[in-house]
Amino acid sequence: MSALYDLAVIGGGILGSAAACRAAEGGMRTIVIEQQTLGSGASGVNAGTLSLQIKRVRLMPYAIKGHELWERAGERVGFHKTGGITLAFNQREADLLHERMALKREAGAPIELITPARVAELEPNLSRKVVAASWCGEDGYANASLSGAYYRTLLEAAGVDIRERTPVTAIDRRGGAFELATPAGPVRATRLLLACGAWLRSAGAMIGLDLPVRARVNTVSVTERGPALVGTVVGHATGLLTLKQKPNGSVLIGGGWQGTGSPDEGRSSVDPATLLPNLRLAMFAVPGLDRFRVVRSWTGFEANVPDFYPLAGPAPGIDNAFLLGCVRGGYTIGPYIGALMGDLIVGREPELPLFDPGRFATEASAAA
Amino acid sequence: MSDYDLIVLGAGPAGAAAAIKARSLDLRVAVIDEAPAAGGQVYRAPSPALTATQPDADRARGDALRARLAASGAVLYANHRVWSLTAIFSVIAIGPDGPLTLEAPNLIVAAGAVERHIPVTGWTLPGVIGLAGATILLKAHGVLPGRRVVVAGSGPLLLLVASKIVAAGGEVVAVVDAAPRTSWLARAGAMLARPDLMAKGAGWLLALLKARVPIHSGTAIRAIHGTDGVESVTIGPVDRDWRPVGEAERTIAADAVCLGFGLLPSTDVTRLLGAEHRYEPELGGWIPAVDTSLQTSVPGLFVAGDGAGVRGADAAPLSGELAALGVARRLGRGGDLASEITKVEADWRKSGRFGAAMSALAMPPPGAAAMIDDGTTVCRCEGLSRATLDSAIAGGARTLADLKAMTRCGMGPCGGRVCGEAAAMLIAAATGWDREAIGQPSARPPLRPVPLAAIAGAFDYDELPIPAPAPL
Repeated sequence: MSALYDLAVIGGGILGSAAACRAAEGGMRTIVIEQQTLGSGASGVNAGTLSLQIKRVRLMPYAIKGHELWERAGERVGFHKTGGITLAFNQREADLLHERMALKREAGAPIELITPARVAELEPNLSRKVVAASWCGEDGYANASLSGAYYRTLLEAAGVDIRERTPVTAIDRRGGAFELATPAGPVRATRLLLACGAWLRSAGAMIGLDLPVRARVNTVSVTERGPALVGTVVGHATGLLTLKQKPNGSVLIGGGWQGTGSPDEGRSSVDPATLLPNLRLAMFAVPGLDRFRVVRSWTGFEANVPDFYPLAGPAPGIDNAFLLGCVRGGYTIGPYIGALMGDLIVGREPELPLFDPGRFATEASAAA
Repeated sequence: MSDYDLIVLGAGPAGAAAAIKARSLDLRVAVIDEAPAAGGQVYRAPSPALTATQPDADRARGDALRARLAASGAVLYANHRVWSLTAIFSVIAIGPDGPLTLEAPNLIVAAGAVERHIPVTGWTLPGVIGLAGATILLKAHGVLPGRRVVVAGSGPLLLLVASKIVAAGGEVVAVVDAAPRTSWLARAGAMLARPDLMAKGAGWLLALLKARVPIHSGTAIRAIHGTDGVESVTIGPVDRDWRPVGEAERTIAADAVCLGFGLLPSTDVTRLLGAEHRYEPELGGWIPAVDTSLQTSVPGLFVAGDGAGVRGADAAPLSGELAALGVARRLGRGGDLASEITKVEADWRKSGRFGAAMSALAMPPPGAAAMIDDGTTVCRCEGLSRATLDSAIAGGARTLADLKAMTRCGMGPCGGRVCGEAAAMLIAAATGWDREAIGQPSARPPLRPVPLAAIAGAFDYDELPIPAPAPL
């Protein structure tokens, strides 16, 4: 008979790991089960942007807390607080910028509008075609590819068992516990947290839930190392560009342009038709990029639900099961909302409210 | 409807034969190659300044291939670098006149092979080049790698490069072959079946003996020394598993080193398009899984030449013809294609035995990882030593993807093409994991680094297709 855990977490990304750490610290015997390796999904392949200027208004308090946690992680995650500039190149974009940044400022983000002249002072290599801009001194970036190594250290320190390269193939309920079938044998736990990102839908189906989870396929590109061009995180009023130059001189270009593929197919690909405008926008914002060579573009899955707010709370109709995912801006917010989830699981009142998955009809068939 | 029935990537012996065969079956064919002229590596066209030099047999074969391809009616896009592809099938390239996109329902990838590198101390010094790189210098440009050259590594390219250097008037101070003499003998069966190719190799060997070039078998480079360039090379014996053994080292004065350990099938394109691959050491490593007409697991995607498994230039044209027949069959063209496919496949398999034996001869056994010293740089782009990679492996890295995430190995401009094999050897040496489990470097566009301006081209900001902004 295998050991009985207090909590099994499916998914070893930022969300699942942060929740597991908090639960273990709260005294729960916890295991994280990951189909690939820790942080190998969206947690590890996103562009690493930490920008309050691109966070949703309602999620701002969570994002501010998230920033604090990444700043505390510091060098271990390649954290840099550089400040960030968001650019508008025409009147329509300027209107959008003014409207959105005002609301985000109200929500607590220290964002100010700055003049094109000030932009040129801060970042002389940016396009001179800027008509409006905003600045946030809290913005910066971290290195997403270090997420896995960082959380491995935290999970080990918290005494969480880690099982990698272990897909969960079925979930049954026996004798008041969940039994998770894996190629390496069953795992039993009294509580279950699904935190498997773009695979939430298929994992949810294993406990009889029909979750309205879809996946976006975000594209990120990186250039070879080049001379220093920009020191801050550069964005676009529409949110369709994030750009930063790392200390080693390479430039990371994102913005959520869509590739092809789906989690069910198991792979996603860059779509040259969307990569092209993404790179053009980057080159328009930073004309000196023209001679930088693009070394690699890649894609990652970002899960969402129809209202683009998180799923974070008890699984509807299934005792002792919980859901966590679909956090827009999940890299920034993940460490914090994951910890809140851990609090909920150990029976503490979370510091900020979570996002009840029960707001969607999930037709829980209670099969589990 | 696309302009072409078939796009062939690569105009070497396999790609050219595929295009010519497909034209004879009345298919509309485009061929794309990075080089200014067809011919590939083996029949690389000399630079125009060199056409007055003495033509050799390879030159004559190359000229004939170029003439036949030109007469076939296939459209050749020379000087075009393919940087991305999508199924089924858009080929996106950059050429002298800017971006080019071609579309066709069938694609034959005849992208050849790339050099397998095993890093040794000092391999990053100026003056150290690959064996395949040396053949380009010699064939296309008539340039010697140096005045006193050490030719080292494994496989038949050692003899080819050394004999070409001698023929061009250079001095080869040592040929250093990691394989013991006995492993050449072990392949004698396959070699004797092809007396013509055997004679070619014997000719190279004879030229080296005549020039009194010392040939050290069962020997490898311990270190390359120098400050601004190569000054000397220390060599020493290796055992049957290519592990350095004994103290019998010697140091040779030299100003250049040509170093390579055989060829790896170039699988960038088939990986990018998601084809299944398997690890086949006898054929150079990872190759796409194919059916009898060289179609991969992606319908319409075919491979030919060394990219389907390193079998050499001699077998390449038959593989090209086979793939072209496969495309014609897929398009429902008439004629008795099935029996021709059976016949050509059998001929190809037979003609490939010699090249495969040569390829296997160059293949490092697992012990070769011991040739890499702790302090030696393995990933040149990111400046990572063996010790750095070994500590990540000790910390749990089990695949190339793990190693990349933990150390950035393979994240630089080479995209793992230079360091991927060595990194995989290190994981295998430390863990005993088989190469299938360790995986390949992931293929991502662009297939080669491309300047942003070349991709972006000229554009008008107001015409960028900006989607609706994200929800507030």
